[in-house]
Amino acid sequence: MLTYTIRRLILSVPVLLFIALIIFLLLQLAPGDPMAQVPLTVPPEVKQKMREALGLGAPWYVQFWKWLVQMFWIEPMVFIDWLTNHSSLLGWLPNTDFYTPCGPAVDGPCDLRVISWQTRSPVMDIIIQRMPQTLWVVGLAYVVAFFIAIPIGIYSAYKQYSAFDQAGTFITMIGFSVPPFFTGPLLIVIFSVYLGWFPSIYDTTHVVNDWDSFVVQLKQMIMPVMVLALQVTAQISRFMRASMLDNLKQDYVRTARAKGLPERVVLLVHVLRNSMIAVVTVVALAIPGIFGGSIITERVFKVNGIGDALIGALFASDMPMVMTLTFIFAFLIVMANIIADVLYGVLDPRIRYD
Amino acid sequence: MTDEIQAIEALQDNEPLKPHRSQWGEVWLQFRQHKGAMVGGSFLMLITIAVIFGSLVWTVDPGKLDIRAKDYRPIYTALWDSDAKTAWKHPFGTDQLGRDGLANMLAGGRTSMAVGWAAMLLSLFLGAMIGVLAGYFKKLDGPLMRMTDLFLSLPILPLLLVAVTLFRQPLRANFGPEGGMFILIVGVIGITSWMHTARIVRGDVLALKEREFVLAARSAGTTSRGIIMRHLLPNVVSPIVVSATFGLATAIITESSLSFLGVGFPSDFPTWGKMLADSVSRMTEFPERVILPGIAISLTVLAVNFLGDGLRDALDPRIRGR
Repeated sequence: MLTYTIRRLILSVPVLLFIALIIFLLLQLAPGDPMAQVPLTVPPEVKQKMREALGLGAPWYVQFWKWLVQMFWIEPMVFIDWLTNHSSLLGWLPNTDFYTPCGPAVDGPCDLRVISWQTRSPVMDIIIQRMPQTLWVVGLAYVVAFFIAIPIGIYSAYKQYSAFDQAGTFITMIGFSVPPFFTGPLLIVIFSVYLGWFPSIYDTTHVVNDWDSFVVQLKQMIMPVMVLALQVTAQISRFMRASMLDNLKQDYVRTARAKGLPERVVLLVHVLRNSMIAVVTVVALAIPGIFGGSIITERVFKVNGIGDALIGALFASDMPMVMTLTFIFAFLIVMANIIADVLYGVLDPRIRYD
Repeated sequence: MTDEIQAIEALQDNEPLKPHRSQWGEVWLQFRQHKGAMVGGSFLMLITIAVIFGSLVWTVDPGKLDIRAKDYRPIYTALWDSDAKTAWKHPFGTDQLGRDGLANMLAGGRTSMAVGWAAMLLSLFLGAMIGVLAGYFKKLDGPLMRMTDLFLSLPILPLLLVAVTLFRQPLRANFGPEGGMFILIVGVIGITSWMHTARIVRGDVLALKEREFVLAARSAGTTSRGIIMRHLLPNVVSPIVVSATFGLATAIITESSLSFLGVGFPSDFPTWGKMLADSVSRMTEFPERVILPGIAISLTVLAVNFLGDGLRDALDPRIRGR
């Protein structure tokens, strides 16, 4: 299992590099000009100089190489420096000083980080600030969806064609079909405008330090999480029901019943474990869609996660930011896929990867 | 001793044999059993007819500004609020610029459906082609399936956003604002959503090409092209049809999401997603402007999904006839 995980991780490197190349070429092919917003009074030769200052004069492969170096060599150096100098986890280690920032005081070689054209600050700093919000919302949505979807799936498969099953199928179909940009505003109107229970805007500066502030945090998370969870719940419970139905017809279920096991054990131990295997794959396949959904949810509820940052950067044609953020999305998706595949092997002893 | 041999009593047919049903007759019979699919199918047909021919019946121009008649409420508001500003000449109300709601819904639906169908057809074509090639030609299988896996791990919505924002200008310049956007959106949705079809088709083709009828065709000297066109493709029609319905649903939702995020069609060109997005800021005063397009999108997608469910059951020979 370990060798398989390591092999998958190593194999993901070329995949990610290739995805990075695709995104980069897409951005290169695009005719958008970052100087389009500069006033017309600025003479063309000055504009050309500004372009070169942004690094746009070089051929695309040089630009791509520089981005790779910045992303995979300079940013890790900054991260290690931060770990040993400031973090509480590894702060006891001797301070390292790998990264030399460029500036008027430095002469000799210095390191340039990926700089956003919008804010002139390092892109990774912005991403680190915004990543937790996205991961919290997406992760919680998954957890909530699992806890709702699995029981629904089990029960509607066990009582196939019962009223509960029919209702469940219908509701999951609706959850499948109603897009998040409709449920979001709808929930806002119902729960924040008419009922006033939850705030409509996610306050990222809110600090949780006692019970009351925790309740506030919970309240502002409920709606974005529910909107995302609705989609995931629909998908997972449909597949849970289908794979439970497949398994309930198998011979081992009859054997388990015949040897006198209580129905609860048959269902929740034997059938459930086997059904979860198929569900894990579905979860992995649904992940790109969920990150897409999180962009819309962040937009609706004004959560300043990385999806919101991506849209902001796109409209400002801030190419380094767009490039890095899209790559981060790809990275998250590839990692989630690997986790799902490894889990698949853990859950199903018949699967041998080596 | 010239009598015909009589079948014994129990084996005699006590009623005349039913006429032979064709394969598609069987499918239709099974499909009719699925109530959700029938309702979904009829609703989809209804809404398609409405958006295609609706503008012939309701001849109001969707883009016509009539600032004196702005902010009409839909006619049903009069049921509980007799003071509401309603009028029969604007049954779905008007927006803040006085554009007629019903005409906009019809025009928006036409765009959404057109984009959905075109993108679905494109992704089906790509998916079926790649699936058949990968399944049939062993040499292509590896590279094509690696490419499919790669596309499956792409962050689709971010990439769509990037592509649509960046390529908007040149396509608009070449094909006009609406035509350019249509080509762009259909193209990017089609190119990024063929993977599931390809996987399913490849799996089926892999199993089919080992069957005797393919061997027979090959030994009769049929070319690969002939085998694919005449023997393999007709046999993978059913998974393709099923993934077509789900593709249509995804395409409609993706188009609306793009419009909602503000990177879709130009602002004077209505689509359901954009109507919804434009009205979110005044949602508390005029909830119908969000709810009507939202319901239209949701019901269409729901209908398509039910239709797909029914088709999957109807086309599955293991379930059919039970």
